[in-house]
Amino acid sequence: MSTTTLSTRATVVPKGAKPAPEKKRGNRLLIWVFLAPTVIGLGIFTFIPIIGSIVLAFFRWDIITAPEFVGVDNFVQLAANPTVRVSFLNTIGFVIVAVTLQLAVALGLAVLVQSKMPNWLRTFFRSALFFPLILSAASVSLVMAYLFNQEFGLVNQVLGWFGVAKIGWLTTGFGAKVVVLLVYVWQNFGFTFLLFIGGVAAIPKEVYEASSIDGATGWRQFRQITIPLISPTMLVASVMAIIGALQIFDQPYVLTRGGPGDETRTAVMVIYESAFQQLEFGLASAIGIVLTILIMLVTAVQFQLSKRFVFYG
Amino acid sequence: MTIEAVQRTSPLRGLGSLGKYTLLIVAAFLTLAPVVWTLITAMSPQNIDTGAIEFGGGAFADVFARIPVWLYTWNSALVTLLIVVGQMLSAAMAGYVFARFEFRSKKILFMLILATMMVPMQVTIVPVFMLVRGMGLADTLLALIVPALPTAFGTFLMRQYFLSLPPELAEAAEIDGAGPWRVFFGVYLPLAAPGLAIVGILAFNYHWNEFFRPLIMTISEQNFTLPLGLVTLQGNLGTGSVATVLAGVVISMIPALLVFIFGQKPLREGLTAGAGK
Repeated sequence: MSTTTLSTRATVVPKGAKPAPEKKRGNRLLIWVFLAPTVIGLGIFTFIPIIGSIVLAFFRWDIITAPEFVGVDNFVQLAANPTVRVSFLNTIGFVIVAVTLQLAVALGLAVLVQSKMPNWLRTFFRSALFFPLILSAASVSLVMAYLFNQEFGLVNQVLGWFGVAKIGWLTTGFGAKVVVLLVYVWQNFGFTFLLFIGGVAAIPKEVYEASSIDGATGWRQFRQITIPLISPTMLVASVMAIIGALQIFDQPYVLTRGGPGDETRTAVMVIYESAFQQLEFGLASAIGIVLTILIMLVTAVQFQLSKRFVFYG
Repeated sequence: MTIEAVQRTSPLRGLGSLGKYTLLIVAAFLTLAPVVWTLITAMSPQNIDTGAIEFGGGAFADVFARIPVWLYTWNSALVTLLIVVGQMLSAAMAGYVFARFEFRSKKILFMLILATMMVPMQVTIVPVFMLVRGMGLADTLLALIVPALPTAFGTFLMRQYFLSLPPELAEAAEIDGAGPWRVFFGVYLPLAAPGLAIVGILAFNYHWNEFFRPLIMTISEQNFTLPLGLVTLQGNLGTGSVATVLAGVVISMIPALLVFIFGQKPLREGLTAGAGK
């Protein structure tokens, strides 16, 4: 074998041209060895589970007894179950408010940070603003549970200086919703912020210069230059923010365990509870599938809308 | 013209410097204040008998007395480091292949890998739990590590990175007699260090702080990771002190803080690079 390849290389392939057959074989082996961990890994731990989830959604199964085929019963049950319904409504409401807040705050701060200022100050603000991103959501939620404690929490103490009566942040439905939302946005807007910094930095300075010669300033430049020119970033940021927010779990789990009542229960919390507390694995899978379809629908709609609103310069 | 021009054309000039700095300072205060408060409270526990506040490390000692901090830290470190190394290696290898070679099923494989990013982890968690149980890995640290080793996002990121490196390097190395493996390990992998750093930092940040998977995959306390262990501290709310829980939070923050300090720049550049395009 080696003699033939040697001769091939010597006669057919001049140096520096296409790789010799011998080398191709070496590459083929490398290709599959290098792909194996990722392809096999994702196959076993993502693709098979997706199919498993879809199959499981049509069964009733508690792990202990044999699975029983129930058709679309799980889907009927999840539509009828008030806790599941409330958790989806909570999740959708949460996504709308959290993502809007996250995008608005992140964009505003990114524009401010990228405006003229000394470099060390810019570095400080950038670092400070995305700092919460490195913390664990569980730790953050533990800290916030104390800050928003009705009796001794710092938030109520500070509000007390202004004569505000103690608010039951985590014990009333509305209060708990507000806290979960604030804690989530507090921790996650940094990611959107980083994306927007990249987007704003990519806008050529000449565009602003030209428009200011035409007399455009401040708010008008923001609306007519910044917004359209970062719309591709806006699309990426909003898709990622929505996918992230639809999967919220850690914050309400640690802060409120979904309570009071079902006020802060989210879709993922119900997946966790039906599977690992009530041992209804089929129902949990069905809820997961509905959540995935929701995510895909929202993403598809966003990409459709983006065709009209996103400006690729 | 430059300084003046930039000043004149600053997008929010109308707002004025004062308003700009006020907003930024308020925002920075809001993101940092809870962290500073956590530090101060953790360092000033209240004596249960006298009610006096004792500045010092008392709360930290209390954390170590209540939960096996070293064990949880070891578990978290082991899980995180193995995932970080595994993801860096598997993503680099797969990303390299997708960037530099042509083969028949390439397009479809790459699309399938990207598609896995769309599926939320919570949807697959039940079958993954069963797979892990079937493999006999239930309630072991391997149950957390093995499923997290392949990374679709990391593969994508490394592919982009390898695409940005000149292909002529391979030709030069080949002329010098290097085989395809040498070309990767000797030439391209070292050059891809910044890309690898981003994959590693993101994996560290995500898995060091991970809560949902450990909550499901581990049952015995000896297999708990730090975030999980800290939440069990909260159960002592009635009897223990706020300072103790917050001291635990501070302990778990230290490695993340170090990575933040050293990894901030590559992380920021890596995340912002792909955003505009």
